Amino acid sequence: METRKIKTPLTEEIIISLRAGDMVLLTGDVYTARDAAHRRMYEAFKKGLSLPIDLSKATIFYAAPSPTPEGKVTGSIGPTTSYRMDAFTPALLEHGLRGMIGKGNRSPEIVEAIKRYGAVYFGAIGGIAALTAQCVKRMEVVAYEDLGPEAIRKLTVVDLPLVVINDSQGNDLYLSEQNKWRILSV
Amino acid sequence: MENKKSNPWRRINTKRITETVKKLFIKANTILGADMVSALRYALQQEESPIGRQVLTKILQNADIACHEAMPICQDTGLAVLFVEMGQDVRIVGGDLRKALEEGVRQAYGEGFLRKSLCDPLTRTNTGDNTPAVVHMDIVTGNQLRIIAMPKGGGSENMSAARMLTPSAGIDGIKKFVMETVEKAGANPCPPIIVGIGIGGSLEQACILAKKALLRPVGGKNASDERLTQMEAELHTRINESGIGPAGLGGRVTTLAVHAEMMPCHIASLPVAVNIQCHVARHQETII
Repeated sequence: METRKIKTPLTEEIIISLRAGDMVLLTGDVYTARDAAHRRMYEAFKKGLSLPIDLSKATIFYAAPSPTPEGKVTGSIGPTTSYRMDAFTPALLEHGLRGMIGKGNRSPEIVEAIKRYGAVYFGAIGGIAALTAQCVKRMEVVAYEDLGPEAIRKLTVVDLPLVVINDSQGNDLYLSEQNKWRILSV
Repeated sequence: MENKKSNPWRRINTKRITETVKKLFIKANTILGADMVSALRYALQQEESPIGRQVLTKILQNADIACHEAMPICQDTGLAVLFVEMGQDVRIVGGDLRKALEEGVRQAYGEGFLRKSLCDPLTRTNTGDNTPAVVHMDIVTGNQLRIIAMPKGGGSENMSAARMLTPSAGIDGIKKFVMETVEKAGANPCPPIIVGIGIGGSLEQACILAKKALLRPVGGKNASDERLTQMEAELHTRINESGIGPAGLGGRVTTLAVHAEMMPCHIASLPVAVNIQCHVARHQETII
């Protein structure tokens, strides 16, 4: 399978060219944000407050790393399950978010929203966090520091291996691949 | 002078307990058990999907890096679950046992650079030190203290479920519930998974049995009850026919093992719990 190198920020041109099943190596800046940070950003939108990060063409990695030991850039890092962010995702897409990195299925509403906003949902492999940490070259907390591991961090990644799960055309890799390997018991 | 024969108590100091708990959680989070490594290697031989093989290769590579660099295998270093079996002839000295266990967890997650993943359920404010731990305490015969440390990740725990079936549902009802739970979980719990099944007891006992089933060496059969041996084998095959595959990206290996435990239940009930464990199946134990 061919692997393609792409860079953030994710332009419309890149996103339109990505298809479910594409293997990519992502380089550039991404933000980490998971449950608590999503809730806080959502509440900020509701109150009409501005966000501490610019979501325009941004990519969010649903992740919270383990603490950074001395001499390292980050501790272990990897994706958390994405469906918990579904309730907040349409609002973030509306504010410019274009790339999401996580693991597991999105709701039909989010698959539809990804298509409508011209965005992309990438899958990273869960549970290989010591390996994934090697792709992180820089990390800094940029917002909501009080959330501890759940604070928003800006990561600079190089060749982060990902696979496109949901593309801007409405395709879903989990559905197609799992059905391909399914054995129907009689 | 104390007469040893008339005094069966064996004293165990809480300091030793704290130190033991700390070491167990750090070890569990950085070193994948040998049984898991062989189960994953076997899975790699069995997997036919190219992407599934890639995932399994990376999982093994990651375990190697984690071990050599003393890094957590997964960033989710878990909620700290402890199974403590205390011999009835043990006397705890030096302080409070519960506090000693919590202190071991606190030190492991602080000094071991492990992620603190516990929060208030409603405000979602992090407790800051990964305590409190969930402690299952049993009093057993003898004068030893057995401590099992099990960091349990949130992703696979979220995909677990318990249900009170009617007795008429029988073993077919149990199998149906397990299959539904695994299919619904899909890619979410980081397959290849291990499926722990607890049958019988009360609602909470079924859940504890399911969690204890996960402590068995991966792939070990329930040899004490042939009905369960057969059910484990059948469910193992059926789950691997689901096509979910490694990381949910499609393939032949969705589960590495199905472990079931059972005990009698009320004449009105058939409690069943399914505890799903991700491929980072971590537990370490020691006997003091």
